Amino acid sequence: MAAAHATLAVEGLKTHFFTKAGVVKAVDGVSFEVARGEIMGLVGESGSGKSVTGFSIIGLVDPPGRVVEGRILHNGEDVVGLDGERMRNLRGNRIAMIFQDPMMTLNPVLRIETQMVEAVLAHSAVSKEDARGMARDALGQVGIPSPDERLRAYPHQFSGGMRQRVAIAIALLNKPDLIIADEPTTALDVTIQGQILYEAQKLCRETGTAMIWITHDLAVVAGLADRICVMYAGRIVEQGETGDILDRPAHPYTRGLIGSVPSRNTRGGRLFQIPGMTPSLLNLAPGCAFRERCPEADGACIVEPGTSHPLPGRELRCHHPRLEAAP
Amino acid sequence: MIEARGVSKRFVKTPDLAARIAGRLGAAVHEETVHALDGVNIDIARGEVVGLVGESGCGKSTFGRIVAGIMEPTEGAILYRGRDLKTLQGGEAREAALQVQMIFQDPFASLNPRMRVEDIVGEAPLLHGIVSRSGRGDYIDATMSRVGLDPAFKRRYPHQFSGGQRQRIGIARALAVKPEFLVCDEAVAALDVSIQAQVLNLFMDLRRDLDLTYLFISHDLSVVEHISDRVVIMYLGRVVESSPAEPLFAAPNHPYTKALLAGAPTLDARRRIYEPVKGEIPSPLDPPTGCHFHPRCPHALPRCREEAPALKEIAPGRHSACHLNDG
Repeated sequence: MAAAHATLAVEGLKTHFFTKAGVVKAVDGVSFEVARGEIMGLVGESGSGKSVTGFSIIGLVDPPGRVVEGRILHNGEDVVGLDGERMRNLRGNRIAMIFQDPMMTLNPVLRIETQMVEAVLAHSAVSKEDARGMARDALGQVGIPSPDERLRAYPHQFSGGMRQRVAIAIALLNKPDLIIADEPTTALDVTIQGQILYEAQKLCRETGTAMIWITHDLAVVAGLADRICVMYAGRIVEQGETGDILDRPAHPYTRGLIGSVPSRNTRGGRLFQIPGMTPSLLNLAPGCAFRERCPEADGACIVEPGTSHPLPGRELRCHHPRLEAAP
Repeated sequence: MIEARGVSKRFVKTPDLAARIAGRLGAAVHEETVHALDGVNIDIARGEVVGLVGESGCGKSTFGRIVAGIMEPTEGAILYRGRDLKTLQGGEAREAALQVQMIFQDPFASLNPRMRVEDIVGEAPLLHGIVSRSGRGDYIDATMSRVGLDPAFKRRYPHQFSGGQRQRIGIARALAVKPEFLVCDEAVAALDVSIQAQVLNLFMDLRRDLDLTYLFISHDLSVVEHISDRVVIMYLGRVVESSPAEPLFAAPNHPYTKALLAGAPTLDARRRIYEPVKGEIPSPLDPPTGCHFHPRCPHALPRCREEAPALKEIAPGRHSACHLNDG
């Protein structure tokens, strides 16, 4: 896929936080592409840098953090270092974000209508009446019943799942071509999560919106995403097509993650466990960040592994990948 | 070992002073009652792991708290080894309370931040005369080692540990009084996948080594399927299905159980089309009449609106509360 056609192409992104205790390399050389209508699952555990990657794309990294290197090409245009005005034009308009906790993203003292109309008027010169119509349509699109009445409601009058739908509707308002969803269903119940996943899938299929779905839950992206990027300690250690990665994980960390998920086949048995815990990103030792926890690690891993393409459509950072099919 | 007999719990919001004055002046003021539990019967045999599954507001945590003796039921009784907890006096009551311990979801909120680990773990056994003052140090070391914590860290405070380690401290605290029954309320929900696997394995090891019985409360079906012998599904304060784990996951009977299983993301389902259950979870302030699930049930009959279905045996050891089973 040529970079010019990708909705988003991230190249060698490095976002570092300059704290008193030292430099935290939250994102350290991340590259991926998201095509039109594609859902990309960005998977990782706490502190892997997955959220910071999302914030970097939408230009919301606060000091002491900043993007120190790399390019973020949105439809071919580099958005790194855009000035405030041009970034604001992009943010919420061409690129939108959905957060984990919808109660934090909605203003509790404003009606949904006020918040939605504001979002439309910030980016397009339409009448208030038209903006209201767009807001109503967006609410209908995410499956909120009687959108006309619901526009008059305040956030606290919605349930958690409905609030998340409102947040998605606001993200949709200006028909962005990229939505970054940061753990949007983590706080929701199973049946409500199913509804949100359904809306997200439908949206990308029907409108061609590209989506980055950031999550710690492999099972969610297994059903949702076209492609998966697995992040560990600020780097993407493996990426490829979803089914392919789940069936033939090549990186020891990906294998460990998949093995740790309880499922039908593990009933009553012991789960595979990755020893130790995620390393601190502060003053991370050179070399492969996973080597302390890796069953395959040897002397070679003291050198940072480069990017390789051992299988079709697969990108990997490991000295000792397992390339045969999983048993 | 534990039997819940027709346990109901109602939370009544009594009108405050302002509301009472408003009531005197003629405003419509009424008491609000939340029916958290409605006639729940659950038996847990010695050595069994019972998984209790349901979405927010279904009463699963309330039930856990009542079993652990933190709350009193409004109606019904909890029988511990055949004897009503309420009728036990003095030493016997203390003994019974010690035998049932609880592990909470949030290891940040459930540990006193100003106590050292050795005091968190060592306070209760000393108070209850399980160890002598001189044997306390060794006992703390042994308890910490059992849950996989390095006893060298016993002088530390909870904030100096990671989430997974903090959950281990909570487990050590519960184990320190030598219980035979553990109530785990979403005990792994806040943990990363790889850490969750470590803690689940720890639960399995403890069960084997200490002959423990568990009530494992979770919204995560794959976790429950992994760990439980028997599964109880709750919806809005009532048990809708109760069954040994294997047949339940192979062939769920109740429409709500089916919906839950269909909606839960798993690693096996790739790029699937989500077909969501319609509707919201109703408020327990004002639950639907008849079968609580009927407004969302695809098979609802007129009878379901009027009459609450009883929990009936549908196969040996399997119970389901659905009118459809009457043929």
